[in-house]
Amino acid sequence: MINLRIDGLDVQAEDGWTILETCQFYGIDIPTLCYDHGLSPYGACRLCLVEIGEGKNAKLVSSCTYPALEGLKVKSHSNRIIKARKIVIELMIARCPNSKTLQDLASKYNVQKIRFKIKHEDCLLCGLCVRMCKEQMMSGAIDFIGRGKDRRITTAFDEKSDLCRTCGGCMYICPICELRCQGPDPPGAVCGSCLEMSPTCLDFSSEAQCFMVESGCGTCVRNPIKKNVNEMEE
Amino acid sequence: MKDIDKFKQKLSRIRKSKAEESNRPCIIVSSGTCGEARGSKEVFLALKNVIKKYKLGKKVDIRLTGCHGFCQVEPIIIIHPENIFYQSVQPEDAEEIISETIINKNIIDHLLFKDPNNGKKIKLEKDIPFYKKQNKLLLKNNASIDPFKIEDYIGIGGYSAILKVLSKMKPEKVIDTIKESGIRGRGGAGFPTGIKWSIAGKTEGKKKYIVCNADEGDPGAYMDRSILEGNPHSVLEGMMIGANAIGAREGFIYIRYEYPLAVTTIDAAIKQAKKYRLLGKNILGTGFDFDIKIVRGAGAFVCGEETALMASIEGKKGEPRQRPPFPAERGIWNKPTNINNVETWANVPLIINNGAKWYSKIGTKGSKGTKIFSLVGKINNTGLVEVPMGISLKEMIYDIGGGIPENKNFKAIQTGGPSGGCIPKELLDLPIDYDELASVGSIMGSGGMVVMDEDTCMVDVAKYFLSFLEEESCGKCLTCREGIERMLEIVERITEKEGKKEDIETLKELGEVVKDASMCQLGQTAPNPVLSTLKYFENEYLAHIREKKCPAKVCRALISFKILKDVCNGCGACRIACPEKAISGEKKKLHSIDRKKCIKCGICFETCKFDAIDKRAGSD
Ligand SMILES: Cc1cc2nc3c(=O)[nH]c(=O)nc-3n(C[C@H](O)[C@H](O)[C@H](O)COP(=O)(O)O)c2cc1C
Ligand code: FES
Repeated sequence: MINLRIDGLDVQAEDGWTILETCQFYGIDIPTLCYDHGLSPYGACRLCLVEIGEGKNAKLVSSCTYPALEGLKVKSHSNRIIKARKIVIELMIARCPNSKTLQDLASKYNVQKIRFKIKHEDCLLCGLCVRMCKEQMMSGAIDFIGRGKDRRITTAFDEKSDLCRTCGGCMYICPICELRCQGPDPPGAVCGSCLEMSPTCLDFSSEAQCFMVESGCGTCVRNPIKKNVNEMEE
Repeated sequence: MKDIDKFKQKLSRIRKSKAEESNRPCIIVSSGTCGEARGSKEVFLALKNVIKKYKLGKKVDIRLTGCHGFCQVEPIIIIHPENIFYQSVQPEDAEEIISETIINKNIIDHLLFKDPNNGKKIKLEKDIPFYKKQNKLLLKNNASIDPFKIEDYIGIGGYSAILKVLSKMKPEKVIDTIKESGIRGRGGAGFPTGIKWSIAGKTEGKKKYIVCNADEGDPGAYMDRSILEGNPHSVLEGMMIGANAIGAREGFIYIRYEYPLAVTTIDAAIKQAKKYRLLGKNILGTGFDFDIKIVRGAGAFVCGEETALMASIEGKKGEPRQRPPFPAERGIWNKPTNINNVETWANVPLIINNGAKWYSKIGTKGSKGTKIFSLVGKINNTGLVEVPMGISLKEMIYDIGGGIPENKNFKAIQTGGPSGGCIPKELLDLPIDYDELASVGSIMGSGGMVVMDEDTCMVDVAKYFLSFLEEESCGKCLTCREGIERMLEIVERITEKEGKKEDIETLKELGEVVKDASMCQLGQTAPNPVLSTLKYFENEYLAHIREKKCPAKVCRALISFKILKDVCNGCGACRIACPEKAISGEKKKLHSIDRKKCIKCGICFETCKFDAIDKRAGSD
């Protein structure tokens, strides 16, 4: 058993757990995108950021890949995290504006404006399909090629792969395939229409259960940030 | 007699015969990749022929060595024992060098180095200002060694450190010595080497690896190359000591594909070391097994990052992964692995030979020893510079570098490679030291230094480094891949007259997040060029955005050309040169530029002999 502290709470993790797994066990909501329970963690989307360490040494890490270590101090919703998460979502939507998953994330995290040129890509390069194909379907028909801005996912030599059994696992797991509801907004805008309709934490726990009601975690629409968690701990 | 004692005797025999040789005159031709590119091989052959012609073969030695650092004036030759320094030597000069300098002991004036600041000719290597403030612990040996001859390395005391370790130092003692010396990794992050070794040493495991990181992907940096090309055995010896200390039996040298000469020298060095039984099974009868393999990298910048490098050695895609687990716990094929940079390894034998105390006296409190920098850009003397840590940027630029050419004003120095920061004039007294550089928003990195003068546009500089990083990010982390691309998008827009008021805020906010949220140091340092130029040169950004002006007159969309009424004599040269036919005018009459057609290529400006064309900041 590993003892660590998350949001000021003493918790225990099994050997080999990541911070994300520990948080999920304790019901602490951390958004993820490139993570899936049945696949190896990859750490590409940077949505699941948490803050570890204290003072000058505090840093952000992706909780889906960072192991739960003895004595670690973790914050799941500091101002620093929320700021970074919002930018991450903004960057995602600027790349793939028509995904329902991303639009929902935007409304949940109150991202209201995209400051970058909209790209209309249909792939976010989260790599879920690559891992699905390799790890669950035991096929490995697709993989990443290229680096930097030329990175993309494809079959070997861009040709129809002999390994592919057209099982559709890649499509099943793709977070970008499902289109957002086509409201009256111009394409590329953040629709934001769900903003008032789905109060955030209540997906996971009722208000009475939320131990952050007092301080405000920064994501709750009913209780916008009053104090941040940093101050609360002191 | 034990093998190790036999080896000791062999070393002293070689050293004795080398000492005798050293009394003879010797012509040293520096021929790293830099020298070769300027024809050092041809000079070497020409000199050899002339030596043959005069039948001096037995009296004069000639040696082809690695780079000496002053790459700007290659091909360099140095004549021992006086250490006469000849620069920019051509094959035609060979005859004169032998007949005048070697036979008649006369100096050849036109081959001497001329100090650009006072025009004085300098005869001896040690009097050249470029070398004066340097402390060449590593680079000095490049001149004394033919990299293809292990005997040369032994001649200058090589392989005595490994002998010392194998005969009388326990691994813990070696690690303690490295710890006490205070040396920090030269690969960029500056992690204390002794601590790294002790973690790798303590990790349980039958199989462990050590790696020499010779990927050197920073554009313009080539200190690692010069060590591998000039003194490969020092790296091997360092690795042997490291392997012995942490208990590794196998080592890799991961060397970038673009370094063919370095691969040849290191390959030859490994073969020779094997012949001397310094590598292989049961080394010198001590029971220590160690072997080194060369792995050639595919030339991706990110493969220099240690976890990506290990993946690449395993034959996987070179992508960084999450640390922990650190390589010392789980490295290549999940075995404990210790990675150090070429320059770090080359320092190890020095520390063992001279002791931790000696080493820790050089440098500052937090940064010990010497560091090699590649000094390039708008500066009089360019090349490789080895200085003790703690020397100030001012000394680097004005004493060693000889100041800025054409009496232009210094503007900034960029340290640390593509993801380093730009340091302005006000901070020139800053000592060069890991922590001091970090405190002003830059990094030591692997030791790149680019000097910029008043004609450099800082927004353009940020654009240049971002476009390098955009290509070289592995693309895995969204924040790094998309973040760099978006920063570049904004900076490009600013240089193209499309800058918006809120751009500076967006850049700062995005830069901070990319730094915070990316996994490896590539992403974590990628915003440095933007953030540091914003910090020290925000006014330049503002001039681009608000006044639509590029004060350094670099960004094409933000400058304009005008023909000066009183100066133009209507010669028509610009009219003929203009590729867009944007200039019109009758012969001997004032010409004019059609703004609509002008693409601001600047050819007219270069062409005009009468300085009648004015380049202006601002596009009106
Ligand atoms: C993007 C990136 C590129 C790097 N390139 C190099 C390199 O070319 N050579 C090198 O020695 N270290 C490089 N490093 C640093 C290595 O990850 C590692 O820290 C270093 O090899 C450790 O050796 P040291 O402790 O001797 O410095 C790079 C790091 C990053 C993040
Ligand atoms: S969910 Fe952890 S980085 Fe994507």
